[in-house]
Amino acid sequence: MSNPPLLQINGVGKVFRRGGLFSGQRITAVDDVTLELPAEPSLLAVVGESGSGKTTLARMLLRLEQPSSGSILLSGRNLHGGPGPRITDAELRRLVQPIFQNPFEAYSIHLPVDFYLFRTALNLGLATDTDSAAPVVDEALRSVGLALERVRGKYVQQFSGGELQRIAIARALIPRPRLIVADEPVSMVDASLRMTIVNLFNEIRRTRGISFLYITHDLSTAYYIADQIAIMRGGKVVERGAPAQLLAAPAHDFTRTLLAAMPQIGARWTELEPAAGEPAVEPP
Amino acid sequence: MIRLNNVRAGYRTANGFVAAVDGVSMTVHDSEILGIAGESGCGKSTLLKILYGQLGAGLSLESGSVEATFPDPATGVTRTYSANELRQLWWKQLSYVPQGSMSVMNPVTRVHAQMIEALPASMLRRGRKALRAELEAFLAELKLPASVLDAYPHQLSGGMRQRVMIAMASFFNPRLVLADEPTTALDVVVQKSILLLLVSLQRRQQNALVIVSHDLGVHYQVTDRIVIAYAGRIVEVGPTREVFANPAHPYTRALIDSLPQIGDRTVRHGIEGRPPDLAQPPAGCRFAPRCPHATDACRRTSPELTALSASHSVACHFPLRVAAVPAPLERVP
Repeated sequence: MSNPPLLQINGVGKVFRRGGLFSGQRITAVDDVTLELPAEPSLLAVVGESGSGKTTLARMLLRLEQPSSGSILLSGRNLHGGPGPRITDAELRRLVQPIFQNPFEAYSIHLPVDFYLFRTALNLGLATDTDSAAPVVDEALRSVGLALERVRGKYVQQFSGGELQRIAIARALIPRPRLIVADEPVSMVDASLRMTIVNLFNEIRRTRGISFLYITHDLSTAYYIADQIAIMRGGKVVERGAPAQLLAAPAHDFTRTLLAAMPQIGARWTELEPAAGEPAVEPP
Repeated sequence: MIRLNNVRAGYRTANGFVAAVDGVSMTVHDSEILGIAGESGCGKSTLLKILYGQLGAGLSLESGSVEATFPDPATGVTRTYSANELRQLWWKQLSYVPQGSMSVMNPVTRVHAQMIEALPASMLRRGRKALRAELEAFLAELKLPASVLDAYPHQLSGGMRQRVMIAMASFFNPRLVLADEPTTALDVVVQKSILLLLVSLQRRQQNALVIVSHDLGVHYQVTDRIVIAYAGRIVEVGPTREVFANPAHPYTRALIDSLPQIGDRTVRHGIEGRPPDLAQPPAGCRFAPRCPHATDACRRTSPELTALSASHSVACHFPLRVAAVPAPLERVP
């Protein structure tokens, strides 16, 4: 029997309530989303604008939110209850690890950043004390091009955004998870460092067999590393497919809008026909 | 329009003076879109503050001079302004679109009150009603609904707030608009519409626009000329198309090469390392520690900005002569 897919998102929806008990509004953040990651290591990019529901989707995968409908299966086991034994929190953290958007806000300014790495190793039972955790932490840091002696005892202000994001990746690697959920990991770092980070994802997938759910609004990095791209808009997945297929024949209008909005090196926007709703630019 | 002559400026800190801009000479021409590019911590924003004449609050001009030629707002006669006099021109001839539109707007005041508050006393005499009508007409030109005037900043989306900031900055038909990372933290679709709004306003008002961004794709799309800043210095300046076609500085080349291109999955690399600490910049060329072509000469002497052609200059001992953005070697679908 073949292994079950690593992740199955089946018709998942999330509705938030806002306002008072009787006058409240219902806001559908995620609407009937179905996505799948195979058992083999792969990288699925979820691309969309702010408010498209991509972060809510990520939070449900990390069990920080309960879906209002549908189910999420991790290696065939229901993440949010259902028949069979529940996936414990520790078990979930060993299987799925997050990387968040803003590396400067992810660490306290009062604690050295290696605290978070050691705490992850200790909390998840990968080491019994700081001494035995050190090799685990060092190994994770080395796989992102850093080392424990370069990081130990330093605080968040002493690192650049790119370094902090690499430390966040190292932290996520410590429990050797099967899936990393990266929510806009490169939108706060310099354009020149984005490739360093996404190349690292590729390498980790190849050498460690870890799958990625890469959430971004940047179609160009998604195109560069993803095996599959899902385009989200208004809580729905409006299109999904392999990057080449999506580029060659975008089926949805929004995919075309996203493609046209990428600041690429090629034709200049001002020389092209303006898209609907855009200001026309007079020639100089 | 504005010329910087060998400007050295920076901030006083507990560890002494840090020159965020060190020996920079540059010009902003009439009716051009000039881009300033470089990584974080390369002095882009400080350069913009100097162009805006926003000295004080920690920033001081150590040496060098700023010469700005603008029409006098009162008489209309063109005259020269120094760095300290530039503030007389704020809003009227020289305006600034800041980076974080949320943090610069007053959260407890409606948008129209903030816009009217910024107007000079001579205009306020015309009465709030007339001014509001004028603002509405101007917003309509930018395709913004008049209802944004009655909103509080937090009720507007990030893109809408940025459009309001641009409207405020361009209301007086200024001769120079400075925009500091106007689209960071915005989605790509909104980013495109904001950039096109800036370009269309610049074309209509026939003024100059300076855009600071770390994203070279943005510069390629909208600027006419580009300045590449590194560690407080200018390393390359030239017409955008030429700089992209023939980058002469290894840093420029590395920045261009780090841009992912849709349709091209060949391996691309970010730039290793980070810009140097400006409190202790390295001797010689400041890019040498990260440069793949650096020699001992580079580590000893700092290269001067030298002209390659009438409009294209580079500060490098060994400028590159190869065309960049080559056809990708292989296209992996």
